[in-house]
Amino acid sequence: MDGFTALYIFMLAAFTGYEVISKVPVILHTPLMSGSNFVHGIVLVGAMVALGQADTGTEMFIGFIAVLLAAGNAVGGYVVTERMLGMFKTSQKGASKA
Amino acid sequence: MNNLIVNLSYFIAAVLFIYGLKQMASPNNARSGIQWAGAGMVLATVITFINPAIHGNYILMILGIGIGGGIAWYTGKRVAMTDMPQMIALYNGMGGGAAAAIAAVELLKRHELPFSVQLLAVLGALIGSVAFSGSLIAFAKLQGIKAFSGVIRFKNQQMVNAALFGLTVLLGLVIAFSGTEYSLFTLFIFFLLALIFGVMMTLPIGGADMPVVISLYNALTGLAVGFEGYVLGNPAMMIAGIVVGSAGTLLTQLMAKAMNRPISNVLFSQFGGSTGEAQAVTGSMKAIETPDAAIMMAFAEKVIIIPGYGMAVAQAQHKIQELTKLLTERGVKVKFAIHPVAGRMPGHMNVLLAEAGVPYDLIYDLDEINEEFATADVALVIGANDVVNPVARTDPNSPIYGMPILNADYAKNVIVIKRGQGAGFSGVENHLFFADNCRMLYGDGQKVASDLINAVKEF
Repeated sequence: MDGFTALYIFMLAAFTGYEVISKVPVILHTPLMSGSNFVHGIVLVGAMVALGQADTGTEMFIGFIAVLLAAGNAVGGYVVTERMLGMFKTSQKGASKA
Repeated sequence: MNNLIVNLSYFIAAVLFIYGLKQMASPNNARSGIQWAGAGMVLATVITFINPAIHGNYILMILGIGIGGGIAWYTGKRVAMTDMPQMIALYNGMGGGAAAAIAAVELLKRHELPFSVQLLAVLGALIGSVAFSGSLIAFAKLQGIKAFSGVIRFKNQQMVNAALFGLTVLLGLVIAFSGTEYSLFTLFIFFLLALIFGVMMTLPIGGADMPVVISLYNALTGLAVGFEGYVLGNPAMMIAGIVVGSAGTLLTQLMAKAMNRPISNVLFSQFGGSTGEAQAVTGSMKAIETPDAAIMMAFAEKVIIIPGYGMAVAQAQHKIQELTKLLTERGVKVKFAIHPVAGRMPGHMNVLLAEAGVPYDLIYDLDEINEEFATADVALVIGANDVVNPVARTDPNSPIYGMPILNADYAKNVIVIKRGQGAGFSGVENHLFFADNCRMLYGDGQKVASDLINAVKEF
């Protein structure tokens, strides 16, 4: 990939991240950190490609470790974020008259 | 053809990630947000099996995903809500490690790479390794593993760390600039030093500052993933990684600001730094019995509850929720005031209250509720200390001076549920406890809360 194209992608992605997060209320900061933690679990795709191109034993071993860790990042990040977000409820449809 | 399908899927995944994060801006649709992002992840992962760049090792791939994913699924489903911060640190560390391992595989091959690719591979390796070993130490500290808990310091530590960092960067530059000429030994030492640096950097940081550090490592992992995405020519990784990198940086700043601790202070471990005499405390602590506290709340118009991590430690949040329901049924207006650093990381207290069943529309941030204390009949403080200490407003010599606090002392009455008479984690005496309108309700949080419930029921 052309280095400058990459630079443009990085620049736009950086502003996107900043914009998306700056609107999130404080009450969601922990799930959000966990959710963004999940999003960089996309490293799994890279780990699979690295392992798929590995030839020597060392490369295969390190590639395998990469896939193992990346899968842990993606799956763990998803499970805990989903669990936390599932707990937020409002009282509006509940029985309380507040 | 496969190439087209693969690229299209990666594009869709990137769109879903950003859409998912955006959906998280409100608790109503946050859950669907993470589910969309999850769908994007599954799509990208499955489609990668037909990626033409891959030419083998499929069995190992499936094995790695199965084992790594399986363990993470099991632990993620079981972890208690109070332990959430260290689990996030752990999963984050794994991502950083994966990014570093990708770089290792690419650099081991010693292919002819364009200079920019080689440089970013090295940079991603450095950042990923630091995030990996640093996150593991953060996990160990929060998990309370003895060898790592507490603050570990020795003489000239900052000099040693600076030298270590300088050496690591130097080796990295040597590798980045030497084309295919670098030795595998140099590469090995480079990775080793980067991992050691992550450990050394995290050891001197205390548990209370860990959330900021975890958030920083989260941002770093994002960067590392983005850089390795460039190395592999994968725009989805580049976008997702850098989005997290910048979002994480912003989040880190917000947290540090909420704690009134500049990031440089957290990383280079200086607490306070005040030299002057602290203001003397006037007045005395006055105890109150449960029935009297119950009367005050039962016949109040408005009660504001200020929970701290001590409440979660005592597992009192379910009782507090019961008390809230009871008071609400009597017509008392109950609100929760959450300090940005209540719990172990910003928003953690909200998760703990949500788990106990407290509706989130009763929960208010510092900015939203601070004006309201003046009109509250009772401010009930449970397990919180430094975040309600008025010296943060009044005493320039105090280490916590300038930290935004909840103005509990402006309420007509303040009731503090507390185990004993000690100071908060900062070691600063809390002047609120000595104020004329403040009463101390001593005891274990959970027991006191259930006594309060029984007492309120009698009126």
